[in-house]
Amino acid sequence: MANPSAVCNGHLHHHHQKQNNLLKSGIYKKNGITKGMKKNGISNGTLYKKTFIEHFEQAPMYVAVLTFLGFGVGTVFGYLRDFMRAWGLEKRNVATEREQQKDFVPLYQDFENFYTRNLYMRIRDNWNRPICSVPGPQFDLMERVTDDYNWTFRFTGRTIKNVINMGSYNYLGFAETDVNALKTVTIELEKYGTGICSTRQEMGTLDKHVELEQLVAKFLGVEDAMVFGMGFATNSMNIPALVGKGCLILSDELNHTSLVLGARLSGATIRIFKHNNMQSLENLLRDAIIYGQPRSRRAWRKILILVEGIYSMEGSIVHLPEIVSLKKKYKAYLYLDEAHSIGAVGATGRGVVEYFGMSPDDVDVLMGTFTKSFGAAGGYIAGKKDLVDFLRTHSHSAVYATSMCPPVAEQIIRAMKCLMGLDGTTQGLQRVRQLGKNTRYFRRRLHEMGFIIYGNDDSPVVPLLLYMPGKIGAFARRMLEKNIGVVVVGFPATPITESRARFCVSAAHTREMLDTVLNALDELGDFLHLKYSRYSKSSHPELYEETRLED
Amino acid sequence: MDVKRVKDNIYWLYYQYLLITCSYVLEPWEQSMFHTITVTVFAMVVYTAYVFVPIHVRLALEFFSQIFGGQPESSV
Repeated sequence: MANPSAVCNGHLHHHHQKQNNLLKSGIYKKNGITKGMKKNGISNGTLYKKTFIEHFEQAPMYVAVLTFLGFGVGTVFGYLRDFMRAWGLEKRNVATEREQQKDFVPLYQDFENFYTRNLYMRIRDNWNRPICSVPGPQFDLMERVTDDYNWTFRFTGRTIKNVINMGSYNYLGFAETDVNALKTVTIELEKYGTGICSTRQEMGTLDKHVELEQLVAKFLGVEDAMVFGMGFATNSMNIPALVGKGCLILSDELNHTSLVLGARLSGATIRIFKHNNMQSLENLLRDAIIYGQPRSRRAWRKILILVEGIYSMEGSIVHLPEIVSLKKKYKAYLYLDEAHSIGAVGATGRGVVEYFGMSPDDVDVLMGTFTKSFGAAGGYIAGKKDLVDFLRTHSHSAVYATSMCPPVAEQIIRAMKCLMGLDGTTQGLQRVRQLGKNTRYFRRRLHEMGFIIYGNDDSPVVPLLLYMPGKIGAFARRMLEKNIGVVVVGFPATPITESRARFCVSAAHTREMLDTVLNALDELGDFLHLKYSRYSKSSHPELYEETRLED
Repeated sequence: MDVKRVKDNIYWLYYQYLLITCSYVLEPWEQSMFHTITVTVFAMVVYTAYVFVPIHVRLALEFFSQIFGGQPESSV
């Protein structure tokens, strides 16, 4: 994409670009709207050390109309089928009550599951597909067929081999079965076994955990860290330990369920700000400080801002410099969930903090998971020593949940040592660089082909918009026929008009695999008519320069 | 070979219709029902247009030319 940097006053001025499609012609050479140019006399451009380009293009209006039409047809037929089921014209496959309990309070609310029963069931074969190999860049799939339109499945016994994996969060390619790579893990497995059978506070703290925590702290550049057995539980069990009643949580619109659950369990007041919108956040902060708690008007005990590094459904990266400057101005605390961004962004894979060139002391609570980039399971919370010591005694997960098992801890240790270069090779850095190259190549080719892609140019999560409900099933099935496995997402997880296919680029993907996928996408995009973008090279070839400065 | 291309084109158009109206996800008997209804409605629209539109357009043109022209029209 055209990327001009203006020279002004004799030094290079990098702007913060955001592409909107409010105008219809000649948009390429024009910079997007720079947000909030003057903030307290400081231009926004100086907060960002490199260009920050995000795309959230809107599709033409007819697409939204046709999407609603499609959902309308589905709803009408849903009502028809429900009517037939209620009057006994068709066999009922959902849970129903027994005859003797018909007059009791109903146990199963029929209408609530309307969408699941009538729309999701019809295309259910695209989800929960069992795989039978390691989820590396390619995997094997168990073949299954259905005789009654997805209500039940049966396995044919065959496996589909070497399906290209575009859905696993295997960003750095550490999900591998190479014997040499897993040597230390096998040693630890033979030494410790697999079970811990205790919680951290009783007998579940092993020397492996201490070693891992020190390594995580060193990796992130903070004082101390604590690891937990499950990534989801890290969020949902530790936020209640940090905030309680009388505190205020400001959480992003599109936060993950684990953050929402943790916030609700804590009992604090929750206010939502628009996704990545700093004006909205600042307004909420000002209101919180000016008006205080709702009835008593006392000051809030604590204000905690909950954001994620990379949002997995949008592919957007948090505006960290602006949030940190806001937090310092209004004296709030920041909780950063780097589940998808740790290992995946940043020059050496240390996450969004490094990506923006900031210091980890700016963020109060750094949280992340080992499930995505490290090929293991579990989560961590890192920060100042006081914070982590407090969590060791007060976290629900530390008191009640089993700790991480030793072979998994060893896998994380070896992956982290590889990333930091402590194993004597440059393999870690090569993986991070390969991921960056793959991401940029994949996104650039998809933009050129004319698909609508959301998110930041540097994020390895690539959502491709499908919009219409009929295309969700067609897309996933046809990609599987071409031996490519993709993840499609529809209504409850995304807004109703914006269903999408989400690709996760991995460092383990070779250029040939990406080219295979891109060619298949090109063909399928023409066949299913998915190329809605009005700003791509294919729709306006004369406006693109021929010289290109990147790889 | 042109016949094959035409057939492929028609199949592609039919497939687009299936995707857009979300009848791709319906079971076969539901699809038949939906196609019958759609074709019936479409046929009725075409018939109505064919019967009514030319006459009404001619009457409208006569009405407007009377207002703007105001000249006596020959009855040809």
